[in-house]
Parts: sequence; structure tokens; C-alpha cells
Amino acid sequence: MNSKTSILAAIKGLDMEEKPLPDIPDFDVAADLVEAYTHSLNANKGTVVNKEELEQMIAETAFPKIYSSVPSFAHFTNCELPLHPADFADLDLAVIEGQFASAENAAIWLDESNLDLRAIPFITAHLVIVIKKENIVGNMHEAYQRIGTTNSGFGVFIAGPSKTADIEQSLVVGAHGAMSLRVVIL
Amino acid sequence: MSHPANATVFLKDKARAKWHDDTLWIVRQKRDLTIHQIPEWEKLRELASQIKDHTLSKLDFYLEELEKNATANGIKVHWAEDAQEHNEIIGKILDEKNCKAIVKSKSILTEECHLNPFLEDKGIEVVDTDLGERIIQFLKQPPSHIVMPAIHLKKSDISEIFHEKLKTEKGNVDPVYLTHAARLHLREKFLQAKVAITGVNFAVAETGEFVVCTNEGNADMGVHLADTHIACMGIEKLIPRRKDLGVFLRLLARSATGQSITNYNSHFRSPSPGKELHLILVNNGRTKQLAREKFRNSLKCIRCGACMNTCPIYRRSGGFSYGSTVPGPIGSILSPGMDLKRYSTLPFASTLCGSCSDVCPVKINIHEQLYEWRQEITKAQGSSLKGLSMKLANGIFKSPLAYKISGQLMRASLKTLPDSVIYNPLNAWGKGRNLPDLPTESFKVWYTKNRR
Repeated sequence: MNSKTSILAAIKGLDMEEKPLPDIPDFDVAADLVEAYTHSLNANKGTVVNKEELEQMIAETAFPKIYSSVPSFAHFTNCELPLHPADFADLDLAVIEGQFASAENAAIWLDESNLDLRAIPFITAHLVIVIKKENIVGNMHEAYQRIGTTNSGFGVFIAGPSKTADIEQSLVVGAHGAMSLRVVIL
Repeated sequence: MSHPANATVFLKDKARAKWHDDTLWIVRQKRDLTIHQIPEWEKLRELASQIKDHTLSKLDFYLEELEKNATANGIKVHWAEDAQEHNEIIGKILDEKNCKAIVKSKSILTEECHLNPFLEDKGIEVVDTDLGERIIQFLKQPPSHIVMPAIHLKKSDISEIFHEKLKTEKGNVDPVYLTHAARLHLREKFLQAKVAITGVNFAVAETGEFVVCTNEGNADMGVHLADTHIACMGIEKLIPRRKDLGVFLRLLARSATGQSITNYNSHFRSPSPGKELHLILVNNGRTKQLAREKFRNSLKCIRCGACMNTCPIYRRSGGFSYGSTVPGPIGSILSPGMDLKRYSTLPFASTLCGSCSDVCPVKINIHEQLYEWRQEITKAQGSSLKGLSMKLANGIFKSPLAYKISGQLMRASLKTLPDSVIYNPLNAWGKGRNLPDLPTESFKVWYTKNRR
């Protein structure tokens, strides 16, 4: 008997009574979603910036390697998309479009349609995600309603920069992934 | 393996034990602050509990659904009856790839299966990439907490081991400095690895996808740079629908650390073109626990660690005192199911205060199950000294005269007995406890004198 058969047989043999699967109701959400979103993002150590602030930041920092997959920021791109993600190990800044965001926790949904390479939002030193104001939803239930039955091979909720508190519970931003997250709300 | 004996070792360093206790209590308080911002919190716990109860009641059906849908997505699904088979499946994949080094993240299951020593024996370098896990890997220690694996260490310990392993400045204990040293070290490993192994937080039967949550982004750094991703999950990690993730992602991080969500919540549905994605479904005793009706719902656990942070015993005895992969209250009801003899002291490592059950996001009645295990263990161990004293007590309580005399005797003797009778190695109760001041007379005598 192979393991699949034996595992399934062990469960079937218990002849358990089926318990009901509940429906998930709607819950109240914040009245001002942009304000709630900003508050949540700050708690996760990310920051909301406007388009001008972002442009100014890019001009001042003069990052050697910038990649934008957002058409309205495409003029900042100064490198080619590599074949292998490891060649983006020295990427300074990535600008990506997010599909929608959840105000309760600042999580932004991205899938393969937003990611030219799956590794980009993780391997880049600094990350900018652009979202539209009307695409901010209240909570995760509404976010999953938006995702629906779409079938991208990879999807991710990103809610802040890479962080850790593994050394004596001291919060340090920039563990392995992006050392900062800026969100532009258009 | 004895919890009291191990706890004694932990408590030798009083200052550190106090720090451990205080630090975990702060995490518990953060959890409280964040959940109070969610008016529907209790409703979410109830939903999560019901979803998991439902899934467990049809686990065979959902496992087959998961396999069917994941396979259709291009994921290679494997089944492992036990730890050995799990390790062998991974070993075989690595052999096929001729792979000599892997990066690993976020997997308590691979700890449970002792994957690291298995692979190291085969000459494969294993790099744990979560910062806390890398630290304890350097020290050749197991994790002492399932969410904060290095919570038992101070920054001076970490500075010392990093100085030795990563050539950081001697004596530099700055967490930012140390974290960035680890970032550089691990980035090199990420860029070289051809195979990445991760755990699984949730697998969704209807879509054949699975979700991995981290704050550091280490799981994603590993899998997106490697050619092959192997994900390992216990068969209880299933949920039926994608929308159920909404409930669980709202509960998990808030319960674990008081954050509203982990910063990276990655949904893997199919491999990138040209790459491979494997999913290993592991039993390793879970169907046995499922068969124990009283303990079945311990399999609802989503590994948030909230029961550890709140537990007065865990906080004051440290994760290592449990001697099991999952420590704390939830570990004390899971581990006896794996090996009753070895873990027989764990269900007694509790005050039964019920705080674990109160904070559990999936409403596992942890403290009641601890009590149930005590009954099982006492039965398995047969009559004991305690059993004898209970029989004696039964006789005393039956006869009013015997009760009266024994009370007088007790009050007289406790005053005159030397301390060594109570505070001796045979009486574990005497450790860390003092007897209350004795009344001079029994309540009965007092009442006779004072009644009007």
C-alpha cells in the first residue's frame, strides 16, 4: 500500500461526521479608506508618498539601477529586464503597479501580471508600489472577493518592507528583501 | 525527558529567565492591543474554528481535491506516511538535481522530521534563512519558539556567534549591524542555491495553491532565485476555499506578534516556466491524532505561538524545557500523541489557567486537553504514590472522627516538622513554594467558640 492510499484509508476509516462549513459574512470597514490604509502602512514601516515626492526622491538619490514596470514611471527605467533574476541582485529600485490594497493591514495584491519576474519585489533594495485610490478595499475578505477565481501562477500580498525582530525583539527593517516600501496612491 | 528537570536548568540564570518572561508578555500585550481594534475578532475566531473543524471532518476529500487541483496546476504532489519518507522524497529530488546545497525557510515540519541532519549526512549543505533560525543553526540548537526561534538568546550571544561565523566586529551588539551582516551572508546563499525548501502556512483545496507567510521575505528570496521549490506541509494545513484565507490571514499575525499581517504573504499556484514546484503532504502521526476524538481538534492549530506567549509556565521555563519540536501548551497536547512515554511530563507543565485557550485564534480547548492527557498518562502509569495518598484521604474524609484527629495532628506536626520534610528532592511541590501560615485551630473549633 502506498502512502497516499494508507493516509486516505486511515482518515476514511474514522468515518467522521461532517461538520458544517460556515459562510463568511461582511464586516464593517473604515469610513476613510485612504486614511486607514496610511495608518496601517506606517505601522508596518512603509510610507505613503505622492507622485512628486517619489520623483524628487529618485532625482536626489540617483540610483544606478532602476526598473519600472509601471508605464507612467517607465522613464525612470535605466536597465534591461534580465533573463535570470539573480542578475537583478544589484537592483536599487523597482516600481511596480499593485492591483488593490486592504486598508485594515496595508496589504497590496500583486500577481504575475504585475511582476515581470517573480523575484523583483523581493530582490530589489527599495520598492515602490503604485495603487489607485479607488482600488483600496476595507479588509481581507473584500480583497479575496477581488481576487476571485483568477488563476495567476503566483500572487502575493505585500504589506511592508522586509523586517525582522529576531535579535532580542529589536525591530530591524531590511532583513533579506526590500529595505524600504513606498506606496504611491494615485 | 522531564519538563521540571529541564525548567530547573533554564531558571538557573534568574536575570535571563526574567527577561524571557517579560519579553514574551510584551508580545502577548501587543496581540491584545491589535485585536481590540477588530470588533469582529471573536466572530473571526469562531469562523476559523468552524472552517478547520469542517476540513478535518472531510480531510480525505479535501486532500484528494488539493492533489487533483495542484497537479492540474503543474505542481508535483508527493505523499509521506512518516518523517523518514518525507526526508527520502527530498533526498531523491536533490539527488536527481545533483544538488549539494539548499536554502530553507519557515518550516517547523522539517524540524519535526529532522530533515537537516538527514541531508547533512548525505553531504548536502542546509542553510536556514530566517534570521532567528540561522542564528540557532550556527549554535547547533533547535528553535525554542515556533515564531521567534531565537527568543532564548541575548544580543551578546548573537554578536559572539556572528563574530565567529560571519567575522563581525567583536563586541558589536547592535541589532541593525548584526542583521545587515546576516543579510549579506544569506544573500550570497540565496544567489547560489538551485533548490529552495519552504513550509506551508495554508493550502487551498479548491485552487490547488498554497500560501507561505514571512516578514523577512526569506521564503520568496529562496524560491524565486532557485530552479526547484520543494514545499512541505502537514496534512492538517488544508482549508477548503481561497476566501477562507481572508479569515486566517486576519488572525495569524495578529495572534502571533500583534502585527496586522505578515509583510509577505505569497500564494504559489504553479511553477514559473522552466522551473519545478513540489508539494509534500506529510502524515507523521497526524491521522492517529485525528482518531483520538478528545484530542482531534488540536490539529486545527495554525502555529501562531500565541499560547506560548501567554503561558505562565512557558514564559518561565523556556522552549527547550519541553524537549519537543513544538513547545508550550499546544506542543504539550500534540507531543504526547506522538510519544506518550517520552512526553509524559508535558501535560503537567501547566497551571490549567486556560489563558492558552482564550488566546487561541482557532479556539482549541488547549487547557481541557492538557487535563485529558493527564488522565490518560495517570492511567498508563498505573497506581502511584499520589494514588495511595488519595486512597488514604478518601478514608479520612469518610470518618468524622478520623478527619478531626488527622486535622489536629496535621496542625501540630507541620509546626514542628523540620523544613527538610517539605523541601526535599522527593517533594517537587516544595520547589519554589512556601507553606502558608498555619491557623491555630480548625474552622470547626473556631465556629463553636465564636457562634452566637
